[in-house]
Amino acid sequence: MITLKDVNKSYVEGVPALADVNIQIDEGEFVFVVGDSGSGKSTLIKLLLKELEPTSGTIVINDKVLSQIPHRQVPKFRRNIGCVFQDFRLLKDRNVYENVAFAQRVISAPNRSIKEKVPKMLSLVGLAAKYKSKPNQLSGGEQQRVAIARALINEPKILLADEPTGNLDANNAWEIMKLLDEINQRGTTVLVVSHNMEIVEAMKKRVITLQQGHVVSDVQMGGADDEN
Amino acid sequence: MMYRWVVQTMKISTLGYTIKQGIKNIWTNKMFSIASIATMAACIFMFGMFYSIVVNFQHVVKDVESSVAITVFFDEGTTQDQIDEIGQKIAMRPEVSSFNYVSADEAWEEYKLEYFDGDEAAAASFGSDNPLSDKANYEIYMEDISQQSSLVSYLEGQDHVSKVRQSEMVANTLTDFNRLVSIVSAVIIVILICVAVFLISNTVRTGIAVRKEEIGIMKMIGATDFFVRAPFIVEGILIGAIGAIIPLCILYGMYGKIISYVANRFGFLNNLLTFLPAQSVFQILVPVGLVLGIGIGYIGSRATVHKHINV
Repeated sequence: MITLKDVNKSYVEGVPALADVNIQIDEGEFVFVVGDSGSGKSTLIKLLLKELEPTSGTIVINDKVLSQIPHRQVPKFRRNIGCVFQDFRLLKDRNVYENVAFAQRVISAPNRSIKEKVPKMLSLVGLAAKYKSKPNQLSGGEQQRVAIARALINEPKILLADEPTGNLDANNAWEIMKLLDEINQRGTTVLVVSHNMEIVEAMKKRVITLQQGHVVSDVQMGGADDEN
Repeated sequence: MMYRWVVQTMKISTLGYTIKQGIKNIWTNKMFSIASIATMAACIFMFGMFYSIVVNFQHVVKDVESSVAITVFFDEGTTQDQIDEIGQKIAMRPEVSSFNYVSADEAWEEYKLEYFDGDEAAAASFGSDNPLSDKANYEIYMEDISQQSSLVSYLEGQDHVSKVRQSEMVANTLTDFNRLVSIVSAVIIVILICVAVFLISNTVRTGIAVRKEEIGIMKMIGATDFFVRAPFIVEGILIGAIGAIIPLCILYGMYGKIISYVANRFGFLNNLLTFLPAQSVFQILVPVGLVLGIGIGYIGSRATVHKHINV
């Protein structure tokens, strides 16, 4: 599903943001990527979204070699990847329903499909009753749920979450993690970048650790070790 | 071609969304939008005004052209056959609109009518003599008065032509003035178009800055270049269209009033100045003005969007 082979990325020559990264993530996996600030976590997310090009190496997602996807096909490629960020990135002038529907409008989904899918997705994330609320009327946890609903409405095969609990209190963070786990149970491959080790350890999932751009460990928590 | 591209690229729901967002952009950047619409309106207003002046002026020139004649006189002793031969040569000239032959007798009759009108005794004193016996001539009316001097040179080179009379000053003045009005109009319109394109571009750029976050989210979700850019282009087109419709309506209202004012105020010019009716001016001015406004809006916004939104 996701393969990184000998991937290097440098913003400045001689200073690698990612160095010789080799990762294989299979369909339906739930993977944490952890590491300190500057370890290359965000660079990894940007490479997977094809926002950045690697300096060298190959990235394959859904059987597509990213470097071979022409510029015009990038939007179509991104529709197979849902994204959630620490700062939620919701449209502040639109209500919950419109924020989720927005992802459908972007892919030119018919109005009929939007009316059918959005309420279902809001029910899944537990916000059906708050569909009229604006983002500033919601708690951090609720805003992140809206962001997750928006990321999933187009039924992507992969969900990337960059520090999804970074702005949340412990209770909301746990709620969001449970939701991501539930989404993974339904078949979506989930990759979560986090530095909240308490949650990471408690979730007992595969954990890839980055340090100064290098993969220093790749282990299955709570199960057999699979160290790189 | 653009229509086909839009139809192929866009579903109806997306079209509705794009137009709605375009209108929203205008509303969000009210001040910039008003400035752009005002500049566009000034541009189209000036265009419309100069166009009205130029077409009316051309209309007047055409009238004058059809009333200013070149007169060709012949050598003494020229036979009617030779005169007819010159007439055939004149008929073949493309710049000639019409011509007619005035015999010596007709010339004398005209002269008497013009100068001895009411003084029959003075005219009768000439008896049966025709003092204008050598004044048979052709009166030639031009298709285009600017061609007058070349026709005169041609006629002067013909055998049996003694003299060619022309009103060179009228021809030159009309031609020069017509050219001057056209050049001044073109220069002012080009300057205004440049200002309008710049302002629309600025408005769209501000809109892009305001919606930077939204554009980022769109890109992340997988919006196509077209989907991200289209609302800004709709914004430019709408500004252009509104900026064209307003001055065209004002000009339409003003045109009739100005014509009737000039006709009343300068009644003595009525024989010289005949204005075109509003309908014949605006049946060209309205589509041209709209195309110009929408075109400027499209070009200004498209150029900016392509420069500033890289999906």
